[in-house]
Amino acid sequence: MSDQLRPLLRWETGLALVVVVIGIVGASVSSEFFTSNNIFNLGLSYGEIAIITLPMTLIVISGEIDLSVASILGMSSALLGYLWARHWPMLGIFVFIAVVGLAAGAVNGLLITRLGLPSLAVTIGTLAVYRGIATILLGPNTVANFPTAYTNLGVNAVPFTGNDITYSTAIFIVLAIIFGVVLHATPFGRSVYAMGASTEAAQFAGIRVKRIKTILFMTSGLVCALAGVLLTFRLNTAVQNNGLGLELDVVAIVLLGGVSIFGGKGSIIGVVLGVLAFAGIQNALFLTNFNQEAAGIVTGALLLLSVFGRNAASFSSRLRAWLPVGRRSRGPDSPAGEPPPTAITPT
Amino acid sequence: MKLRQTAGLAVPLVVASILLAACSSSSTSSSGPTTGATSPASASSSAAAGLKTGMKVFVIPKNLGNNYFTTADSANSGGAIAALQSLGETGTETSGTAATPASQIPAIQAAISKGANALIVSATDPTALCPTLNAAMKRGITVITYDSDAPGCRDLFINQASTAQIGTSEVDVLAKELNDTGDIAIVSATASATNQNAWIGYMKQELKKYPKMKLVATVYGNDDPTTATQVTQGLLQQYPNLKGIISPTTVGIAAAAAVLDTSKYRGKIALTGLGTPDSLKKYVSDGTIKEFVLWKPNDLGYLAGYAAVLVSSGKVNGTQGQTFTAGKLGSFTVGADKTVLLGPPFVFTAANINQFNF
Amino acid sequence: MSTTVVSRSERPPPAPAGTGARRLTERVFRIRESGIIVVLVVFVAVTASIQPRFLNITNIQFILVNTTVFALLALGETMVVISRNYDLSVGSVLGLSAYLSASLFGQHHGIPIVVVFLAGLGIGLACGLLNGIMVAAGQVPSLVVTLATLYIFRGVDILIVGGKEVVANSLPDAFLNIPKATVLGIPVLAIAIAVVIAIGAYYLRSFRSGRELYAMGSNPEAARLAGIPVGRRVFMAFTVSGAIAGVAGVLWAAQYGTIDSTAGTGYELQVISAVVVGGVAIFGGSGSAVGAALGALLLNTISSALYVLGISPFWDQAIWGFLLLLAITLDRFISVRLTAALRVRGARHE
Repeated sequence: MSDQLRPLLRWETGLALVVVVIGIVGASVSSEFFTSNNIFNLGLSYGEIAIITLPMTLIVISGEIDLSVASILGMSSALLGYLWARHWPMLGIFVFIAVVGLAAGAVNGLLITRLGLPSLAVTIGTLAVYRGIATILLGPNTVANFPTAYTNLGVNAVPFTGNDITYSTAIFIVLAIIFGVVLHATPFGRSVYAMGASTEAAQFAGIRVKRIKTILFMTSGLVCALAGVLLTFRLNTAVQNNGLGLELDVVAIVLLGGVSIFGGKGSIIGVVLGVLAFAGIQNALFLTNFNQEAAGIVTGALLLLSVFGRNAASFSSRLRAWLPVGRRSRGPDSPAGEPPPTAITPT
Repeated sequence: MKLRQTAGLAVPLVVASILLAACSSSSTSSSGPTTGATSPASASSSAAAGLKTGMKVFVIPKNLGNNYFTTADSANSGGAIAALQSLGETGTETSGTAATPASQIPAIQAAISKGANALIVSATDPTALCPTLNAAMKRGITVITYDSDAPGCRDLFINQASTAQIGTSEVDVLAKELNDTGDIAIVSATASATNQNAWIGYMKQELKKYPKMKLVATVYGNDDPTTATQVTQGLLQQYPNLKGIISPTTVGIAAAAAVLDTSKYRGKIALTGLGTPDSLKKYVSDGTIKEFVLWKPNDLGYLAGYAAVLVSSGKVNGTQGQTFTAGKLGSFTVGADKTVLLGPPFVFTAANINQFNF
Repeated sequence: MSTTVVSRSERPPPAPAGTGARRLTERVFRIRESGIIVVLVVFVAVTASIQPRFLNITNIQFILVNTTVFALLALGETMVVISRNYDLSVGSVLGLSAYLSASLFGQHHGIPIVVVFLAGLGIGLACGLLNGIMVAAGQVPSLVVTLATLYIFRGVDILIVGGKEVVANSLPDAFLNIPKATVLGIPVLAIAIAVVIAIGAYYLRSFRSGRELYAMGSNPEAARLAGIPVGRRVFMAFTVSGAIAGVAGVLWAAQYGTIDSTAGTGYELQVISAVVVGGVAIFGGSGSAVGAALGALLLNTISSALYVLGISPFWDQAIWGFLLLLAITLDRFISVRLTAALRVRGARHE
């Protein structure tokens, strides 16, 4: 375990510093940054995204990706509205949605493991299929008459914790601990790293790659379904475009958190810090009258920093080797763990 | 080794400098209609009228980057912020970029955090904003909706024109062009937009007055030019006898006009709806559109600005029948359901369109 | 099998290494492309039997014109995906180019249309250059880089455009008529794009640098060891993809006439779907530009069919998602068979 963590610790340290810097800058430009009201609102606005980043982390570490997360969320939201409008009991609806979430994840998992299809393409397809199902279910309709007992989770804090913690934040904290323990301290978690580093080696080592990947996708489906329920209650609205476009933000946060898109590296701590950094920056921008229209630029810049920061050492020497300046130089040693770039330049 | 550690430190430094640059630039640059300064002269005059001054008001349209809202909100077009500034308040426009509740809510919450005294909101969804807006009202913040309502979760709704009149006027315009006969279709925006569905409801009612006109289809362009174009093209194939199209959305009518702007359809299929003069000038001048309807968005915003201050100062509380004056726009009466009407819709034609620049 | 010992000098010269393999893969490409054509024809036939007006000339013109932008984007994306990279920024580049180039008409009255196209090309080129440098020199995964530039280019677009929009009134009639011009009933634009696609396909298939993209996608390490200048090729692929997206932006402006900061939002996933449906392997190494363009045509035809048939447009997304899944399953099936066949063929050449 420490072998996986050591090279990443450098990224997490940097990221933790980023979060601290954001906090300092945020507090200095706006006195409302650290108020309990603001933190509460942040928890509300980013709670669902944060929750979804957790299973996504494991999926990316295992070498795959799941772009259908926002659509599973939307489908679960649409189901909630659809069934509620048909007077199903709430408990029954929850069970049904959980099953559907698991099934949606299972479909992803099976297509990827049994049929051997690439996860990027498969989940782009299921992104459309699940969003399509959500659209077919609700059509142009909105369901907005959920009982206040449930919609209050968009308004009230968790009891006994003061006024800061929203239900979604609390759920995020609990899930982060669970996922963190599973990933970093169990054989299951070690298998996930192993298959991300090399599927074949993992298989030869006796790890049941297909089964584990399917479980990961099913977990993601279940968690997204949960997030869909949370979002619907928070907004007190079930409509087919709930969560539209969320997946890119989730992927951006996971990458920001230091998880390598190639698989095999990353940590839950990093992703939690990534969530804080992402939410913190967007919030700081809102609070400071910064042109919100450009918030996307900041996200994109952060993302670039997250990949270049790690490659900084090799970047400049590779740039020199690559530019047609007549100077031929060997490529440098690769930073630990990255796929070795053999920069053998043609003579 | 050293380089990587330096890189690790570099990242937070770069982020810090980006943020600091952003903060310093935000205090000097203006992204169009943002922070305005209070002017002492007008402050004293409105104080004299018993109105609060020095309020922080946030104008939160459905999304930023939308020409219609920029006109409605900004100071130089005489919109909401112009009204606020003339009354000695500070007006700031803010929102997300995606025209969805998830994109708009953080802006509303940030406004509340920044000490807003009043919010002027065009709702992306009739119900999804309610928890946030109700929480705002509980804190004593005045909430005004304009253009698109969130019923039950605001102090006052400024409606651009009577919902009924918008619906009926469009049908009447088309009926006039078609001599009361023919099949027509509607190209709407998103299927769940409150205002769209309300207007369409009245259109259907008005159609009963013209028994020889039939509504054959309602399609949804989702306020996306590609989709709006495709649904319009689909209509043309599905209903070869189509004689008229109503598109009560600025994106939809512009897209439909582009489709119909060929010798094959121009003049054969009548097109009308809600649109901004600038985007439709070409189509009016070449005859694809004869008349279309809108209101003046800047007046809508101006009225909303005034209403926010009046409600906040306790002069208006939404009771039906209350009257008030909104500066240069004159006097208004509160109607049912805490709604104030700007006025009748305005009909644009080739004769008057060139007078307008929005 | 008979085992005849023949001395080396008497053995007939073996077929040039890989020709059989190459012919087989060529045949597979063609099968894949014809597969899409078959699906397209079947689909059109079914739709037309229910609603004959689907095939009327105006509708065909609509579909062809609507497809042009996507077919162009698919061409650029194909080059990138073949080399085992992704360009997610195409939608943002299109939007930026559409606004900036179209606004030139309003700012400089009488500017020749060609100049505007060149401006769009230039803007796209600049964006593609940025992508290319970062991916090629930085050796960072293109998925991450282009996801970041998707955000950044769109943010720049929104900053520049703000609440403004380019309106049809500011565009010259000649420009707006480009998508409407037809020759013998076929839109001129469609013919032009078909020519461009053909050139692109020819380049990929017959020029060495084009084929090197395939090699890089199949096996990056082997490509490097074989002396292919991987960095330069990747750089070129992204630059071309950006330039194409830039031109597509100008065409977009001509088609729709009204351009604001939301132009092109969300196009990236549609383009990747078109490319995958068209038979380009998501891991690179195989696929054709013609296939990708046909994929774009198929998806657009389906959309049009749904609207013409009056099927609730709510089914549109579900259907194209399902088709995408079908396409990648089919491709997987074909590639498994192909690999097996190549292995047998390779063994036979011993």
